[in-house]
Amino acid sequence: MNLSFTYDVLVVGGGNAALCAAITARRAGARVLVLESAPKDFRGGNSRHTRNLRCMHKQPMVVLTEAYTEDEYWEDFMKVTGGLTNEPLARMAIRQSETCMEWMMEQGIRFQPSLGGTLHLSRTNAFFLGGGKALVNALYRTAENIGVDIEYGSEVRELKITEGRFTSAVFSRKGFSHEVRAKALVTASGGFQANIPWLKKAWGDVAENFIIRGTPYANGLILNLLMDQGVKTIGDPTQCHAVAIDARAPRFDGGIITRVDCVSLGIVVNKNAQRFYDEGEDFWPKRYAIWGRLVAGQPDQIGYSIIDSKAMGTFMPPVFPPIEANSISELAELLKLDPEALRKTIYEFNNAVQPGKFDHAVMDKCGTAGLTPAKTNWARKIDKPPFYAYPLRPGITFTYLGVAVNEQAQVIMKNDKPSKNIYAAGEIMAGNILGKGYLAGIGMTIGTIFGRIAGGEAARYAKG
Amino acid sequence: MPKDNQVSPELIQEGERIMRICNACRYCEGFCAVFPAMERRLTFEESDLNYLANLCHNCTECYYACQYAPPQEFELNFPKTLAEIRLETYKKYAWPGPFATLFQKNGVASSVLTVASIILIAVVIFLSTTTESFFSAHSDIKGAFYEVMSHKAMVVTFSTVATFMVLAFVIGFIRFWNDTRGANSAEVTPSAFVQAVGDTLQLKYLDGADSGCAYPNEVPSNARRTFHHLTFYGFLLCFAATAVGTIFHYVLGWEGPPPIPGISVLPGESDGLLRSLPVILGSLGGIGLLIGPAGLLWLKSTRNSLLADPKQNGMDAGFLVLLFLTSLTGFFLTAFRETSVMGSLVVLHLGVIMGLFLTMPYGKFVHGIYRFGALLRNAVEQRTMPQLGSE
Ligand SMILES: Cc1cc2nc3c(=O)[nH]c(=O)nc-3n(C[C@H](O)[C@H](O)[C@H](O)COP(=O)(O)OP(=O)(O)OC[C@H]3O[C@@H](n4cnc5c(N)ncnc54)[C@H](O)[C@@H]3O)c2cc1C
Ligand code: SF4
Ligand code: SF4
Repeated sequence: MNLSFTYDVLVVGGGNAALCAAITARRAGARVLVLESAPKDFRGGNSRHTRNLRCMHKQPMVVLTEAYTEDEYWEDFMKVTGGLTNEPLARMAIRQSETCMEWMMEQGIRFQPSLGGTLHLSRTNAFFLGGGKALVNALYRTAENIGVDIEYGSEVRELKITEGRFTSAVFSRKGFSHEVRAKALVTASGGFQANIPWLKKAWGDVAENFIIRGTPYANGLILNLLMDQGVKTIGDPTQCHAVAIDARAPRFDGGIITRVDCVSLGIVVNKNAQRFYDEGEDFWPKRYAIWGRLVAGQPDQIGYSIIDSKAMGTFMPPVFPPIEANSISELAELLKLDPEALRKTIYEFNNAVQPGKFDHAVMDKCGTAGLTPAKTNWARKIDKPPFYAYPLRPGITFTYLGVAVNEQAQVIMKNDKPSKNIYAAGEIMAGNILGKGYLAGIGMTIGTIFGRIAGGEAARYAKG
Repeated sequence: MPKDNQVSPELIQEGERIMRICNACRYCEGFCAVFPAMERRLTFEESDLNYLANLCHNCTECYYACQYAPPQEFELNFPKTLAEIRLETYKKYAWPGPFATLFQKNGVASSVLTVASIILIAVVIFLSTTTESFFSAHSDIKGAFYEVMSHKAMVVTFSTVATFMVLAFVIGFIRFWNDTRGANSAEVTPSAFVQAVGDTLQLKYLDGADSGCAYPNEVPSNARRTFHHLTFYGFLLCFAATAVGTIFHYVLGWEGPPPIPGISVLPGESDGLLRSLPVILGSLGGIGLLIGPAGLLWLKSTRNSLLADPKQNGMDAGFLVLLFLTSLTGFFLTAFRETSVMGSLVVLHLGVIMGLFLTMPYGKFVHGIYRFGALLRNAVEQRTMPQLGSE
């Protein structure tokens, strides 16, 4: 790092979007500095926890089977967002997703067929060999090899911007403040999900019980600075990707392994031992992202997924062992629930289960009758001990509130004019595309595409 | 099996913990056979861990790829934990049991036993020959080596050691096989066997996914696989050289050291090149055994120390050094076999080989036996056990 001269491009952040931008800018001939607030061991933000990205393709491609056309991708996308999107940006991302894999392989990222238990994604989602950390390692290796300057443990705390033009940034490293000048700025600092006070502003005190699935370094500081400097925001601060995860997970950075995938195979009760939503509404991969909100809406933001031994071995094994008991009362004691209430809930559920042929691979219509809320698929009596329970809490993956951008990844100021030299990529601008809802693998697609655009445009501006 | 050779409960507990984490994550599935094999299980008993540990060849890809690797709070060091379990299984399956302690002190044991072997062979030779004959030059025509050590003495000494060695391997393999059987009682089918042999001979899982593996550092490379191939096939060629030489001796009656091609083909003999076959095989193998072990040692010395089990350094190095010395002394012997130092070189070469043989059942070599067993079990399981868990 050389602070005495002016870099062409300063990239703030060290995840997938940041590195895609840095590599592209450097390959376009720019002098690039990457400032990552995490220390080297924890570099890569949420990107280090990912496993795949969603790509359109007209025929089988690398590890992807069959075809996944633009129309089909768009349809899937509309289903989850309900149209709350910026169509030109979303269409551009979908179309360009076809080029992602080839570019990523050029940077040393390797792919593998969809993982055991995720066959339903083998056509749409390309899995990174070794997961997101292997991806992040490959990107850093490439960036270093082509001469990108990288500083870890360097949090950007101040952005100097006048009339929509960035001039310099102040960052803190090992307790000292430094100022660095650059001709263009790419912000790729993720969401603000690790900032609990900010979450509390949007959600109220319930956010105290949220678990943050990914990096503790995504504190939204940059988003906040940009907002203060008159950059236009997009999205609703309460919108986020939230799933139900094991309540025993660490507060931050527990990643993928804390998920619990047996909701659709049993029932979920709250701390009063009452059911509160149809556990069999749709296939689990299509529903897991609503359960974070559902649990967040329950007293004390806690739920308990309960199954019996028939279900064991038929879902992805969670990392924490189940709480196990030979009777429902005993299970209630262990969960500190009212045994009488839990027995009653399960008794009523069991009595409402209609006969049918259980098949978890299809929507089997094995449902309940006369029960509220109903369970509409995969309803089986919970009657074969031992019984198992997993405690659930809302697990926040990332927030959607972000900065508005255009097709050149330039941030838009409050006066609706694009900034001259400030660009954004990744979660910090994902809200332009994802107004609500989520489509598995689209986070990395957005980061890769907008990272590349931002890096290319920033370099062009700086060199031009 | 003696009680003190059991895998320690703490290690089993840690093994169980890491398997649960990986089985919930599965990101490393494409690297090797360990992860798919893990996904055929929901719980991990000692027998499962012993099997999975031997299925891992420590390429360390899954360490660098792991978002839970230290200093992350889950402190997951998958390759190192498996390496530690592996060492304990070597001890557990060792025969005779009390010799299992040699694994720990293999480096020392290799040196001591090699020196002892050299002395032993020197003694045998001095008892059967004269000092004068030992220190004089012999011509090939008379069967140079046997001038100093009779063929019979050589055969008796080495076949005794080899028999013991093979017995130790067979018993070890049977112990491994029975110990790791677990709940799966499926039989070995011919196709499973063929697959396991193929996987072993190609070092299938040492190539990461195709671009090599993270050894000795994060950058994927095929260096280790290449050096291992040189070592393994070098070893096989040397073994073949010995076997061919023995057949020539007993079946065809071609006694004495085989001629060096082009140099000492005996006048008037048209089958000279064929007679040189052991030398050709041995030389090719010897080259492999010089480059391969040297390369592996070099890679090892530059490797990330967070990933190495220091308890195994002596064992790993001991074996590689002995392989290297076997080849080196062999080349010297071939080159100087018509000079007066031949006698001393015979003692040195045979001593090193004897040391190698004696320590093989209690050193790094056994990884090949158990790795093959694990690959065989893997091939059987692939045909009979489903993967568990689905979203
Ligand atoms: C457990 C988990 C699994 C996921 N799986 C998938 C998946 O399989 N597929 C998918 O598409 N998406 C997945 N996601 C979502 C995905 O992680 C994100 O969409 C994507 O990683 C966003 O990349 P990014 O570069 O924008 O942000 P991040 O990767 O979060 O990077 C942000 C970076 O900015 C740095 N930073 C923040 N503030 C500052 C500052 N002030 N100064 C300097 N640096 C700063 C952070 O340290 C971090 O390095 C998953 C998320 C989680 C938590
Ligand atoms: S080693 Fe780490 S990344 Fe790989 S499967 Fe295990 S937990 Fe996942
Ligand atoms: S070290 Fe290599 S062989 Fe061993 S489990 Fe990890 S990836 Fe597989």
